[in-house]
Amino acid sequence: MVEYRIDRRSGVSTYVQIVQQTKQALRLGLLEPGDRLPTAREVVEATAINPNTVLKAYRELEREGLVEARRGLGTFVRRSLGTAPAAESPLRDELDAWAERAREAGLDRDDMAALFTAVLEKHFQGDLT
Amino acid sequence: MTDTAGLAMEAADLGKRFGRARLAPAWALRGCAFQLPAGRVCAVVGHNGAGKSTLLALAAGLLVPTEGTIRVLGTDPASARARVGFVAQEKPLYPQLTIAETLRMGADLNPGHWDAATGERIVADGDLDPKSRIRTLSGGQRTRVALALALAKRPDLLLLDEPMADLDPLARHELMGVLMSQAAQHGTTIVMSSHVVAELEGSCDHLLLIGAGRVRLSGEIDDVLTAHARVSGPAGTSLDPHTVIESRTTGRQLTALIHKSGPLPTDLHPTTPSLEELVLGYLRNPGTSVTTGSAGEKAAA
Repeated sequence: MVEYRIDRRSGVSTYVQIVQQTKQALRLGLLEPGDRLPTAREVVEATAINPNTVLKAYRELEREGLVEARRGLGTFVRRSLGTAPAAESPLRDELDAWAERAREAGLDRDDMAALFTAVLEKHFQGDLT
Repeated sequence: MTDTAGLAMEAADLGKRFGRARLAPAWALRGCAFQLPAGRVCAVVGHNGAGKSTLLALAAGLLVPTEGTIRVLGTDPASARARVGFVAQEKPLYPQLTIAETLRMGADLNPGHWDAATGERIVADGDLDPKSRIRTLSGGQRTRVALALALAKRPDLLLLDEPMADLDPLARHELMGVLMSQAAQHGTTIVMSSHVVAELEGSCDHLLLIGAGRVRLSGEIDDVLTAHARVSGPAGTSLDPHTVIESRTTGRQLTALIHKSGPLPTDLHPTTPSLEELVLGYLRNPGTSVTTGSAGEKAAA
């Protein structure tokens, strides 16, 4: 089960935050096919956001084929975004080791984030997602 | 949107005047027209004294319009009363009763549609002792009891006048969550007024902006926001044919909030305003009400 964290000051619309966090959970293997997403009621009770916003996000995920709504039962994950490594993997270990080296070299959190983003941008030029 | 069956609230040429007509007539509301579809969470925003409380009291049937009509859940406010929950700004409760007695009074006054479990849960979540008397409670605690009473009634329409004003941030978030969950579970239409726009952003999907007794903007928040834009360009840039809500020139730079009529050139760097920016833009510029009447209609269409 995922728990959404809504940042109202991020400038990213609320429903996009839910879509992104669901995808993130799928990538990290926190959500797997067959898992149920929290109901709109569960989400709004915890976050105080508008229920229609949650439904809009779920419709978007459904349109992308990631989840499906089963009448009276809830919304379920159909497929994972399995290309990215799960929490435990060699790639993650390498990144972990890199972060350690970077920190020893005196980089702070923002320096590392900037570097990582720059490398990502180099590899995904023109790719909006 | 002319499907009146799906409307939670509908006002036509609604007006309310206090005081006698010949001596200083004071119109709290005048010429109000809007439609609120059922199942929405509607924010009512405006200045102090803009007419928000008057509008909610008219919808609750506690005031009678001086002119025009207001219909609630497809009927007149008096006939709809059993299906409407109203929490007034001053949260009127009987000070000599205990919380438990207050809830039992709610059950007795609302036979057949009383959800005792909901009422008790909301009170318990605030760590309130049911045996405490209302008069010993703080403002925020009284708000909690008033909301428990209103929610346990299981209304189809919930009218809340400044519901969060007395609450600490934690209770505010929790009770807003309770309200949203009520809307998700039962499709309850919620109408709440507030001065604090940021508090409503995210929770509300419909906007009713009231200024000087009139409706200046109404519609789905997403539609209303995308109908406007914040733009910037060199000073002296013509913003025709768009309606300028607010504009400011700083040195060589012009920035403005506009209601769009037609596409915008990219060299104006248009961005979508936040709800707070939009509301503040309108409130700071009360003179724009005539031209923005069309904004309300378009957003509601």
